Amino acid sequence: MNFTLLATVVLTAILFVLIVLIMVYFIAPRSYNKMKEEPYECGIPARGDQWGHYHLGYYLFAILFLMFDVETMFLFPWAVVARSLGPQGLFAVLFFLFILVLGLAYAWRKGALKWH
Amino acid sequence: MFDFSIVSKWFHDLLTDFIPEWLVIGIECVIVLLFIIVLYAILAIALIYLERKICAFFQCRIGPNRVGKWGLLQVFADVFKMLSKEIIKMRQSDRMLHDMAPFFILTASFLTFSCIPWNKGLEILDFNVGIFFFIAVSGIGVIGILLAGWASHSKYPMIGAMRSGAQLISYELSIGMTMLTMLLLCGTMQLSEIVQQQADYGWNIVRGHVPAVLAFIIYLIAGNAECNRGPFDLPEAESELTAGYHTEYSGMGFGFFYLAEYLNLFICAAMAATIFLGGWAPLYFPGLDGFNTIMSYIPGFVWFFGKAFFVVFLLMWIRWTYPRLRIDQLLSLEWKYLMPISMFNIILMAIVVCFGLTL
Repeated sequence: MNFTLLATVVLTAILFVLIVLIMVYFIAPRSYNKMKEEPYECGIPARGDQWGHYHLGYYLFAILFLMFDVETMFLFPWAVVARSLGPQGLFAVLFFLFILVLGLAYAWRKGALKWH
Repeated sequence: MFDFSIVSKWFHDLLTDFIPEWLVIGIECVIVLLFIIVLYAILAIALIYLERKICAFFQCRIGPNRVGKWGLLQVFADVFKMLSKEIIKMRQSDRMLHDMAPFFILTASFLTFSCIPWNKGLEILDFNVGIFFFIAVSGIGVIGILLAGWASHSKYPMIGAMRSGAQLISYELSIGMTMLTMLLLCGTMQLSEIVQQQADYGWNIVRGHVPAVLAFIIYLIAGNAECNRGPFDLPEAESELTAGYHTEYSGMGFGFFYLAEYLNLFICAAMAATIFLGGWAPLYFPGLDGFNTIMSYIPGFVWFFGKAFFVVFLLMWIRWTYPRLRIDQLLSLEWKYLMPISMFNIILMAIVVCFGLTL
C-alpha cells in the first residue's frame, strides 16, 4: 500500500503541473516578438556566452558535501539502535566520527572552506 | 486523542463490501490525490497571504487591503493574473530541461509534503524509514533548481542556481545531522511512531533538554536556509540577481517555483513541529490531570497546525529582521560553525541517550 501511495503522490505532482500548464495554454495570450526570446539583461543586449563561467568554489563545496553526506548516511542505522547498543556502541561510533572531524579539520586547514 | 485511521478503515471496509479490491484502491488513490492538491493549494494561499501581511506589519505598512476585505482575495487575484500570463519560450534555452525543472521541484515538494503526519492515523506516506525518506526526497528539489538555472542559458539564473545549489547542499548536512540527533532520542525513523512516542512520554524538545534545544535552533537556521529565505535569500537576491534561478520563467512557470518555495517553508516548519514540538501531541503537564483532560479534547490536527504555524511565524520574523548574508559568510556559517556544533551535538545526545539522562 505504501508504494501505491508513493506512486500516487509522484503522479499527483506530475498531473498538477501538467493540468496547470494545459490551463495556461488555453487561457494565456500569445504574441511573437523577437526581443522576447532574448535572455534577460537589464534592458541591454546580452553579450558573451551565458554558460560555463562560474566560481570554482561551488565545486569544492559540492565535493565536501558528498563526503559528509555519505557519512551522515552511515550514522543513521546506528542512531536507530543507539539506545540498545549503549555506551559500547557510542565508543565505536566515536572513532568513526573522530576520523570525519579529522577530515573536516584537514579541509579547513588546507583552506578549502575559504571563499577566494 | 481521536484516531483518524478508524475513519479510513471504516471507509475502506464500506467500499470493499460493494466493489472489487482493485477499484477500491483506485478510488482511495484518487481521494489521496485530491486531498493533497486541495490541501497544498489552501496552504499556499494561506502562507502567501500571511507572509505579505506579516512582512507589512514588520515594516509598519498595512499590506494588501484593496482586493476583498482585508485584502483576503489578493492571493486569488495574483493566481489568476499568473495563469493568464503568456509563457515565453527562450530561443537559446535548453527547452526540454527548462520545461522539466518545475516537475522536479514540485515532485520534491509533494513527496516531502505527504510525509507529514497531520493527525493520529492521518498520514499519507508512512514508511518505517520516514525521516531518511524525507531527507532523500527533499534532495530532488536541488536538481530542479540547478536544472532551472542551467537550462535558462542566461547569466542571472546561472549565478542564482549555483549559489542556491551550494547553499542547499551545505545546509542539508545540518538538517540531516539535527534530525539524526533527534533520531538518537526516538530510536525509530517512522514519523507516526515518533509523534506517538512524544504523545506518550512528552515532547522531544523537553525530553532531550540541552542537545534537543541546540538541535532545534540549528534546525531553524538551516531550515530557513533550505527554503532560500530570510537572511539566506541570496540565490534570489532581488537587488543583485533580479530573481535568481527563475528569472527566465514567466507566468505560471514562475508560479510553480513561487508555490514550491512557500510550501517548502511550511514543510520545514511542519517537520520542526513533528520532530521537536510533538506533532499532533497535546500539551501535557505531569500531575495536572484536569488541565491534561481539557487539552486532549482539542483535536490533533489543531495542535499540529498551531505548532507548524508558530514555527512559520518564527521563520517569517527572522526573515524580515536580519539583513542578507554574503556567500562566503553563508558558507562559513554552515561549515565552520553549524556543522562542528551539530557534530558535537550528536555526541552529546548520544551520551545523554546511552547513559539514560533523558528527562
